[in-house]
Amino acid sequence: MFQARHLTVAVLLLAAAVVLVLGGCPKPTPPPPPPVGPALGPTAQAPSGEPIKIGAILSLSGPGAPLGTPERDTLTMLEKSINDAGGVNGRPLKVIVADDQTDENQALAAAKRFVESDKVVACIGPSTSPTTLTIMPVFKKAEIPLISCAAAVKITQPVEKYVFSTAQPDVIAVAKLMDYLKAKGFKKLAVVADSNAFGQSGVEALEEQAPKNGMQIVRKESFGSKDTSMTTQLTKIKGAGADAIVCWGTNPGPAIVAKNARELKITTPLFMSHGVSNAKFVELAGPAADGVIFPSGRILVADQLTDTDKQRSVLLEYTKAFQAANEGKTPDHFGGHAWDAMHMIVAALRSAGPDPKALAAALEQTRDFVGVGGIFNLSPTDHNGLTKDAFVLVTVKEGKWEIVK
Amino acid sequence: MHGPELLQYLITGLTQGAIYALVAAGFNLVYAATGIINFAQGEFVMLGGLLAVTFVAWHMPLAAAVLLPILVVMAVGAAVHWFAIRPLRRAHVVTLIMITIGVSVVLRGAARLIWGADSHPLPPFTPGDSIGLGGATVQPQSLWIVGVTAVAGVALALFFRRTLMGRAMVACALNSRAARLAGIRVDRMNMWAFAFAGGIGALAGSVLTPMTFTSYDVGTLLALKGFCAAVLGGIGNNMGAVLGGLILGVVESLGAGMFSGYKDAFAFVVLLLVLFLRPAGLLGVGLRRDDQ
Repeated sequence: MFQARHLTVAVLLLAAAVVLVLGGCPKPTPPPPPPVGPALGPTAQAPSGEPIKIGAILSLSGPGAPLGTPERDTLTMLEKSINDAGGVNGRPLKVIVADDQTDENQALAAAKRFVESDKVVACIGPSTSPTTLTIMPVFKKAEIPLISCAAAVKITQPVEKYVFSTAQPDVIAVAKLMDYLKAKGFKKLAVVADSNAFGQSGVEALEEQAPKNGMQIVRKESFGSKDTSMTTQLTKIKGAGADAIVCWGTNPGPAIVAKNARELKITTPLFMSHGVSNAKFVELAGPAADGVIFPSGRILVADQLTDTDKQRSVLLEYTKAFQAANEGKTPDHFGGHAWDAMHMIVAALRSAGPDPKALAAALEQTRDFVGVGGIFNLSPTDHNGLTKDAFVLVTVKEGKWEIVK
Repeated sequence: MHGPELLQYLITGLTQGAIYALVAAGFNLVYAATGIINFAQGEFVMLGGLLAVTFVAWHMPLAAAVLLPILVVMAVGAAVHWFAIRPLRRAHVVTLIMITIGVSVVLRGAARLIWGADSHPLPPFTPGDSIGLGGATVQPQSLWIVGVTAVAGVALALFFRRTLMGRAMVACALNSRAARLAGIRVDRMNMWAFAFAGGIGALAGSVLTPMTFTSYDVGTLLALKGFCAAVLGGIGNNMGAVLGGLILGVVESLGAGMFSGYKDAFAFVVLLLVLFLRPAGLLGVGLRRDDQ
């Protein structure tokens, strides 16, 4: 039985390996962005005095790196442009960036450092929902405002006095999609969702809102984030008699769903979430992306907006500034969340000064702020302030995005 | 569950199963020669896929982009043996298995640095729509996968039974001291085993990627499934690997057909059942090892 014992040892080792992998191995920390000293603007007075410190806890490595990196780039760019234009109330702004490695413990350590030793007046981030939920209590206790770039409902519901979010929550993405489905007369939905938090939160919202819009969910399927084939789930859906398929998830799952649906010759219209509102989805799904309709923030289609769109000028301004500062890289939603957070903080600093408590109260008063993610109207009962108008419906046509009229 | 639906699950399952079989064959190659379970096998698959993606991006013809990674990953496999395993060849097999886990972490980390965290697509080997079959559909790429596995399976069986090198490898595993006395260069045989495992892993990665995309972290799950398939078929037995892979793929697909959220659990339930009930695997004979 030597062999059997051998295998048992191998299985145990394997389990250890899985724990290692899932637990996250140490990731390299990218060098911090170069400090941007206050430069003399041609028209502005150079800021002077003690800098106003704003913390930023972002995922610059680990799975959240694609989110945190544009957020960091946006903040670095804004820090420079604000200081070039004279700072805030004559004082320079200093953004201190910490990489949480998409890890809750690292985020917590950074949060404590910001609160206890750096004494920041406000903090932007983290990039992901789990890290945000972990560090919220630190900022609540320290009474320092935290503006998250993540979208989980629990970040802003129930409302915490010191916690805000600039990311569009799922419920309004679902609401936007529902409007369209209802207008087009769809009645029977089949839902296929990622089994991760993003997918399941979407499913909850769909289950809640579908009956209210006269729709029925006839089939509900899920897939693992690392699944490589959704053929089985789609085969079941194919036989369920749905008139629309809604897929809720983040890359690469939905791209595989689109591909598999095409391979199975499923002709039922396919709808997706704002989780696929990025170039990667089109790259992965290829021709199978054509015809997929999903709610998306406007930044994806900024160049297609009409002159009457209130966000158009902000979006074009952000795009231009970001591209100039980042070698022509296209800005995305995530950088937009950081842009919105920074502008809201600066506006609140101008009206309330650098006291964290006064700052939180001022943030709560933000009205009609036209940002990248939408038009924000905050209140003591709403610390996100976006409505379903933050979204437009977008479809893919021959690999290009197009606004659905 | 009616006819066409069942057929579709079978097709999906057999395709997935063929991939598991290829990964299992990689485990077997190394096991047959060295007695080591090489947990970096999944990373060989990942490297094969990602290299193919890169070569396609460099505008290489698809055939070259798919075949070249096999050579590159063979070199990686040989290097893994030469630098990580060989210096410790006197160590216990369990120590060496742990080293392969370390190697897998290193390869994964390196791939992340080179290719980033995103998924990457690869075009199918033969373009075109899926083929209708009794109400179900088959992708052309599925046929490639099954075909490649069949060819690789037969080639491996012939290699171990008919060629001097293959028989020498088996000899090294059965009794390395006796093999050495018989004039077999055990070190070199072991290095070739790792190289071939790298090659077959890369082949799996290249045929798989057009169907599923690839990214730096696909290796872990594939290695787990491939390992399950190898154990199910009887580790060290190549026909067993093919059988184990196909059974595992079909069980998973049918299982997902019933409870879609728990697809991955089926592989491990199968693994546990095999270890409890028939540790030697379906076709295993329980190799006797007289040294180590």
